[in-house]
Amino acid sequence: MSPPLLEVDDLARSYRGGDGHVVHAVDGVSFRIGAGETLGLVGESGSGKSTIGRLVLRLEQADRGRIRFDGQEIGALRGEALRQLRPRLQMVFQDPFASLNPRRRVGDSVAAGLRAHGLAPDAAALREQVAALFRRVGLDPGHLDRHPHEFSGGQRQRIGIARALALKPRLIVADEPITALDVSIQAQIINLFLELQQDSGLSYLFIAHDLGMVRHLSHRVAVMLRGRIVETGPTAAVFEDARHPYTRALLSAMPLPDPDLEAARQRLTYTAAPFAPDAALREVTPGHWVLG
Amino acid sequence: MTTKDTTAPLLEIRDLAVHFPTPGGAVRAVNGVSYTLRAGETLGIVGESGSGKSVHVLALLGLLAARGGAGAIVSGSVRFEGQELIGRDEPALRALRGRRIGVVFQDPMSSLNPVLTVGEQIAEALTSHGLGRAAATRRALELLELVGIREPQRRARDYPHQFSGGMRQRVMIAIGIACEPKLLIADEPTTALDVTVQAQVLDLMRDLRKKLGMAMIWITHDMGVVAGIAETVQVMYGGRILERGPVRAVFHDTRNAYTLGLLQSLPGAAGAAHRSRLTSIPGQPPDMTRPPPGDPFAPRNRFATPRCFEEVPPLAQVPDGAPGHLVAAWYDLRAALAAEAAA
Repeated sequence: MSPPLLEVDDLARSYRGGDGHVVHAVDGVSFRIGAGETLGLVGESGSGKSTIGRLVLRLEQADRGRIRFDGQEIGALRGEALRQLRPRLQMVFQDPFASLNPRRRVGDSVAAGLRAHGLAPDAAALREQVAALFRRVGLDPGHLDRHPHEFSGGQRQRIGIARALALKPRLIVADEPITALDVSIQAQIINLFLELQQDSGLSYLFIAHDLGMVRHLSHRVAVMLRGRIVETGPTAAVFEDARHPYTRALLSAMPLPDPDLEAARQRLTYTAAPFAPDAALREVTPGHWVLG
Repeated sequence: MTTKDTTAPLLEIRDLAVHFPTPGGAVRAVNGVSYTLRAGETLGIVGESGSGKSVHVLALLGLLAARGGAGAIVSGSVRFEGQELIGRDEPALRALRGRRIGVVFQDPMSSLNPVLTVGEQIAEALTSHGLGRAAATRRALELLELVGIREPQRRARDYPHQFSGGMRQRVMIAIGIACEPKLLIADEPTTALDVTVQAQVLDLMRDLRKKLGMAMIWITHDMGVVAGIAETVQVMYGGRILERGPVRAVFHDTRNAYTLGLLQSLPGAAGAAHRSRLTSIPGQPPDMTRPPPGDPFAPRNRFATPRCFEEVPPLAQVPDGAPGHLVAAWYDLRAALAAEAAA
């Protein structure tokens, strides 16, 4: 078996709050993502899931832990070495509007990375590459010279995805990429993520609080609570055979779009308790790990 | 305040329209919305941005100007407990808001005053409607307890920033229900909350609705939330009501293609195998400066007939449907689906 594309071991990051109090945002997290695989990362706000995305992308420096990407240790890369890594590790943001320069033509936003990394021999080739990216994400290449405000939310997210794809990444970290979109558009973007993965073997770290979408898209899922992974495994195992009381509470809180199922839904509560000092992930069935 | 005719609806909206003049042409946000709400009834309104779901309640509350919609042109009629609200002056509407109609919005941080304690803000809602200060302070503590905030004595002295998002939303609910309104209007009140906190707030609302006997209008984009809280569901799109009826009828005997599209696009929908393509709705929501001339959903609807592109369909009782199940559609969705399955 080939080694995983991304291997994260014992990652930790803490912040000092205003009152000097130390917050362990990420506290000893380990996971793997294979080539062509989607890992869904779920948990509540403040659980550390977005911090993990930023640490993996090297937008922030971890306090401890190892990040291996495509066989290379990347946790300590700096300067030119870090710049060389960027094309292979890209990000899609929650708010496509905030992440696009309003005064820049969208084609230029998508082209910026190609230009910076010298990936187009001349202006005509660059324009053709950007047009191809537009077609690939379902946008009209005739709209390259428009500005962000001329696009709907869903189209702007497609632009954000085109920009991430421009440098032919191996892994995309998508942090809440559909949260800001209209319901009737969310499924379109999820389908685009699926298509791109099937076409080019991309891997995704898909961070979201929409459990239904995470379940649909992910091969495996990791559930975070207060900076730790409390449960991880194949999607079906985690959703249908949840073992950790927090995972069970989280899944039982998910609203179901059917009035009969809603009437029958039994909600489980989880009372926050500190983690045991010796708490560690233990394998309960093959590939399904639970903190205990 | 008494209502002479006890069979009259609590809220009666007729031909409500809201247009915002802009340099690029009027934004036709609400285009003839009519419905009624009984005392004690919970209405869930589903729609996306541009559907008119939020704008029409801001219009009836007289809050358009306060929420960035100054200059809006509002027409039609909204009668609450028999009194016309459209055209009423701000003092009259302010007296109604809070006392007879409670309001909870999505973002508690922008609705709460950062320099007043939470206890002061709840008490203020009560004193501004005539309660004495001491009684208001006592009542504020009861309300904090009612919405599930522990140690209300201590927490009442805290400022909004000292509360988590979920706790702030509970404070907003406490303010919304402070005067035991007959109607609570909640616009995406749980959207910014984590799923477990959302579940707690929904449980709380179901409980309060029973205790206080109030009617609710619950605005959301989440079909799961609406399935769990509403008795009546209303689906809005392009400033119009496309379908409305008892929650089970709308979910299990869907008659409008947009409602069906929303339900089928969800990852848990029937036939949505793990990692398979979702049945997405094609296209984009309409540009409300130039809404389609007929059925606003027609350009995205594979069942649309030529008439759908020309004429607005009326909202009418589904002939063989549950009583009160209304649909606006020129096409017959059941027949169209059967024909598609046969083909």
